[in-house]
Parts: sequence; structure tokens; C-alpha cells
Amino acid sequence: MALLKKQGNFLERNLHIIFPLPAVIFVVVMMIFPVLYTFFLSFTNWNLTSGMPLSIVFFRSYQRVLKEPRFLAALGRTFSFTVLAVFVETVVGMIIALILNRDFKGKGFTKLIMLLPLVSTPVAIGIAWNLFYDPTIGLANYLLTLLGLPKLAWTGSESTVIPSLVLVDIWQWTPMIVLILLAGLASISSEPYESARIDGANEWQVFWRITLPMIRPTLFTALILRSIDALKTFDIIYAMTGGGPGYASETLNIMAFKYSFEYFRMGQASVILVFLFLLVLLMSLIIVRFQKSVEM
Amino acid sequence: MKKRFIGIVLAVFTLFSVSAQQKEIRVLLANHPYGEILKAAIPEYEKATGVKVNVESLQESQLTTKLTTEFATKSSTVDAFMTRPLQEGKMFYKNGWYEPITGYDFSDYPKNSLDVAFFGNKAYIVPLVTEWEVLYYRIDLLKKAGIAVPTKFTELEAAAKKLHSSDVAGFASRGKGAAAVTQLSSYVYNYGGTYLDKGKAAFDSKEALEAIRFYGKMLGTYGPAGITNMSWENIMPLFQAGKIAMWTDASVFYGQIIDPTKSQVAAENVGIANFPAGPKGNTPFIVVSWGMSVAKQSKNKALAMDFVKWATSKELAKRAMLSNITMARTSVWKDAEVRAKIHPGLISTQEYAAKNGVPYDRPYMSAVGEARDLIGEVIIESINTAGASPKLEALAKEKAAAVNNLLEDTGEYGVY
Repeated sequence: MALLKKQGNFLERNLHIIFPLPAVIFVVVMMIFPVLYTFFLSFTNWNLTSGMPLSIVFFRSYQRVLKEPRFLAALGRTFSFTVLAVFVETVVGMIIALILNRDFKGKGFTKLIMLLPLVSTPVAIGIAWNLFYDPTIGLANYLLTLLGLPKLAWTGSESTVIPSLVLVDIWQWTPMIVLILLAGLASISSEPYESARIDGANEWQVFWRITLPMIRPTLFTALILRSIDALKTFDIIYAMTGGGPGYASETLNIMAFKYSFEYFRMGQASVILVFLFLLVLLMSLIIVRFQKSVEM
Repeated sequence: MKKRFIGIVLAVFTLFSVSAQQKEIRVLLANHPYGEILKAAIPEYEKATGVKVNVESLQESQLTTKLTTEFATKSSTVDAFMTRPLQEGKMFYKNGWYEPITGYDFSDYPKNSLDVAFFGNKAYIVPLVTEWEVLYYRIDLLKKAGIAVPTKFTELEAAAKKLHSSDVAGFASRGKGAAAVTQLSSYVYNYGGTYLDKGKAAFDSKEALEAIRFYGKMLGTYGPAGITNMSWENIMPLFQAGKIAMWTDASVFYGQIIDPTKSQVAAENVGIANFPAGPKGNTPFIVVSWGMSVAKQSKNKALAMDFVKWATSKELAKRAMLSNITMARTSVWKDAEVRAKIHPGLISTQEYAAKNGVPYDRPYMSAVGEARDLIGEVIIESINTAGASPKLEALAKEKAAAVNNLLEDTGEYGVY
């Protein structure tokens, strides 16, 4: 009995440690360990095609990856894909959110339709868009010819593959920005708008001076979430082009996948992932810093 | 109270011991028609042997990924699996992931199909499915244009030129870099070239370059738009939609392109012919695309070996042949029932390829994935310039050097 009581005391005294413990264990096992292990692997030359056990080579894998022209191209592509996609998504998302924030008939239905791309399976999206983009039998080129425009090769050409993929990303992820911004818009009280109207402000001034400053925190949240996601985009590109034609749509994530599961160069694949990790970290820091400087 | 507790414990204990007695094996199959045949037949095997077979099916590249991760992390419980000898065989063997196959009668297999099944004097893979390169063509379109079925590259080019229009592409073959390597191989062989010669990269030779230029010219001039991003899965729907007049690819797709539920082109308008001859004769590839193996780390090797013997048996091979799956065993091709059912075009092209063909459709090496990407770069350059690129030779030399580096890295340079 005394023992039980003692135990009870122990539990009660340490509740602040015991309750969060499952979450801490989860984070350590599922998140921190893989990241640390990837860092460790990046310092090895583990390569399954050689049949040799791994050995630690420190920065030699880094040297080899940095010397690879494909790596720098993929790095630049990851960055440009993200900037292009997130920029368009933010602008278009803002416009749609402002429209949906007004009252009109069928608003609920429109919102529901907007959600569909978000809940679809990425690989299914990729296959459907591939059919849509097919230069010979696809709907996209049919639409272009209806408009009297020349046909495009879409994902079949090195010059159009990235914009084509960005378009899919925009189609899929703009609704997320819209949803976040709508939540932000709903939280703005109507008072500043009323006084602005009394003062005779036009629509543009209202947007620029009231709406935008007031949803800025929401906007930055959306930007950070979307940028991190866009930098890591894998499923759509893998399902649609696998990084092709050639390496024309190869981002860091696709390159890391090919290095690990097609080339079996695990060490060098880890190096690429370490760089992707740093890129995501850097981009988030820049956005957060920018947000702070704007708010001051 | 106490009695009931003991009762429950006993019941749980019996349950566990029963399930422990039930013999089980874990088998990984590919999403391939033969995998489907096996899955349908496994209940018979379970009934006859009392062994429970736990099956998982995966798409081919995911299968390699899954096997690699499980084996490399030494955490695998896989007992037997389907494997692609040319793609992963060397690497799996080198890492010691295959268990030697013992007590198996290989006399029913063509000699060249066993090249990839043996390492040294031990067998590690039992050949299952075979495929070879053929020419698919539209009988109606050729007839309308008054063209005979091409038997030579020159005739192929002339026919493609005549058949090509804004509505229908005269010719198609895989253009997506790495995926194109296998289908290009027969072109390279028929020009007198090869990917690897005596363990060294040889696709920068004069003969191989001529073949790559021809392939690029054909696809760049008469191929469908966007061909450099197309593998068979993109070309097949076009052929089924009637947008392609001629197509060179592996024999496995014949069933799907004459399936009326999948194709808008009537089956009687789809022809299959021997791969056309080149300047140096006609030696298309005929390869073992799938085999079956026992995992080295399996704890049920005897059971797994027994399963592999059953899964690669003549009876099942015949059953597969009757559903138009082309098997590696020789005897099933001579079976009267099979010959009555299977398409004559498959029989005649198989006979030709089995007699004259080359058992490799890609550079046979451990780092084959990367080598295919490197050769793929040369192919794409050739297609983009319709075979006329002035820098093709320099590019091929550069990529051949890179493949030689890979061979050196893996200790395979000059080894054959």
C-alpha cells in the first residue's frame, strides 16, 4: 500500500515529463533519428552496386556531388520551380479568396469544388494530367487548336516541361492558399472597412491599406507552408516525367531518389538530401526574417 | 475465477502453438501477368502442401526498391521473390542476396537464357518469362499505302516516310532516355555494335553511333510529338488510339494491343513481325525479363526452394502460355495445345529470335540504372536533332568514359 502511494507520488511529481513522453519518443524515432542518420550516411561512400560494406569518407561524397553538373542544375530547378509555383499560387489564391469572401449564390458549392484538387491522390493527378498533356491525343493541345494557337509538346519538351509541371502544382495547391487566406479574411472585423468607406476610400485603397496589412500574418503562414512543400515536391514530378525528358525536370528530391533507388549510391543520395534539408531551412528562415522586417 | 483465468491462458497458448505450427512463407511478386497467374494458383499449392503463402505484389521498380531496402537493412523476412536478372541480377548476386538454386533441372531452358541465371557454376535465378523485340504495325494502313511489311531498316524508313502524316505518326519506339536503351539494343546489334564489349563500354563505336543516329532520325522525323518523354506506357495508348502506324517494342505488349476492350484499333488490323534487319544482319534481343529466386537470409529456405520449383514448373508455364504469356521453358513452345491457342505471330517471331537473338537488351552490369541514364542522354540528343547532331560522337565518348568509370568503381571493368 505504501509502495502504491509512493508510486502515485512519483507519477504526480513527474506528470510534466510523462505526459509529453509519447510525443517526444515519436519525434525522436520518426524525425530526428532519420535526419541524423542521413547526415551520417552523407559522410560515407555506401554504394550497393559495388557490393562493398560502407566506409566513412568524410567529405568525399560531398565533393563528388558538387562536381556533378546535374546537381547544380537540379538545385536551380528546385528553386525556380518553387518560386514560380508559390508566386502564382499566392497571387491567384489571393484573388480567389477575395472573390469567395463576398456573398454570392452558390458560394458553398464553389468552395467545395475548390477542395477537390487538394483531396485527390497525387499519382492519379499525375496520370490524368499526363493524358491531358499528351501532345497527340491530349485535351490541352485540342484546346489550343480551338483557340487557333500552335500545339505544344508540354511535358515532352525540355523547354516546356517545368512550366507544365508548375501548372499542375498551381492547380493542386492554390486551393490551400485560398482556404488559409479565407480564414484570415474572416477574422478581420468590419469596422475599419466601414470607416474607410465613410472616408471615401476606393476598392484598391481598401485592399492595399486595410485587407493586406491585416491578413499579412496569415499570408506569411501560407507562404512558408507552401514553399516548404513546393521545395520537396516529389509525387507529381515522379509520376508525370520521372525527371525527364533527359534531366530537364529533375529536382533535388527526384535526383536523390534516382541516386538511392536507381543508382544505389546511398552516400551521395544522402548528400543531396542534406542539401535539400538546408535549402528548406534557409528558405523558411528568409521568409520568417522578411516577415519580421515587414512587421516592424 | 482462478479456473476461468487458467482456462483463458490455456486457450491463448493453444492458439499460439497452432499458429506456430502452421508453416508460412513470404513471397514478393511483380505486377506482371505471370504474377497474376501465380496468385490465382497459390491456393492449390497451399492445399497440396499445407504451407501458407503470404503474397505481396508490387510494380517492377517498386519491387526492386522494396527488396533492396529490406535486404540492405538485413531486416527482411522475404523467402522467395520475382527478380529481373538483367536489371538487378549482378547487384543482388554481388551483395549476396540470392541463395544458390540446388537440385533444379535446367535442361528445359535454352542455353542463352541461362547466361543470366548462373554466376560461376552455380544457378541463382530460375528463368520465368522471356521477351524479344518485334515490329508491330497497322495492317490496314500499310495495305492502303501499298507497302509490304518492312524487313530491313531501309524499308522501315521508307515505310515510315510514306505513312507519316499530321494525323498518324509513321513510326514510334521508346524515346525516354533510360527506357529507350533496351529497345535501341536490337538496332545497335543489327548495325554490328554492342553496349559493352569485353567488360568495357562500346556504345561510342562507329557501328553503335550509326544505330543511335538512325534511331534518332526515325523518331525525330517520323515519331509522335513529345517522344523524348515517352516509354511504352505512353506509346501504347497512342497505338491503341490509332495514332501510330509502326512501333518497335518488346513482344509482351501484343496481348494488350489486340485486346478489343482496350484498343480502338480492330485486332485484325494489328500485325506483328520480326524485327527488321540492319546492315549487319538481324540479331534482335531475346531476354529473360523475369526470373524467380530464393532469398539468402530466408529462414525457410527448404520451403522457399520448394515453392520456387512449383512456381517455375512446366504445368504453370503451360497455363501461362495459354494466356499469351511468353515463357522461357522450351518444351511449352512445342506443346500442341499451346500452339493451337497462342497467336501464330508470337510463335514465329519467338522462333526466329530464340535462334538468332542476343540474350541482353542493356549493358549487363551492376550499375545498370546509372549506365542507362548515361546512354539515354546520347539517345535524347540524337532524337532532338533527328540523328544529325554534330556533337553526338563527342557526347557518346564522354558517356562511355563515365560508364567505364562505373565499371571500375564496381570492379567489373574488363571483366566478362
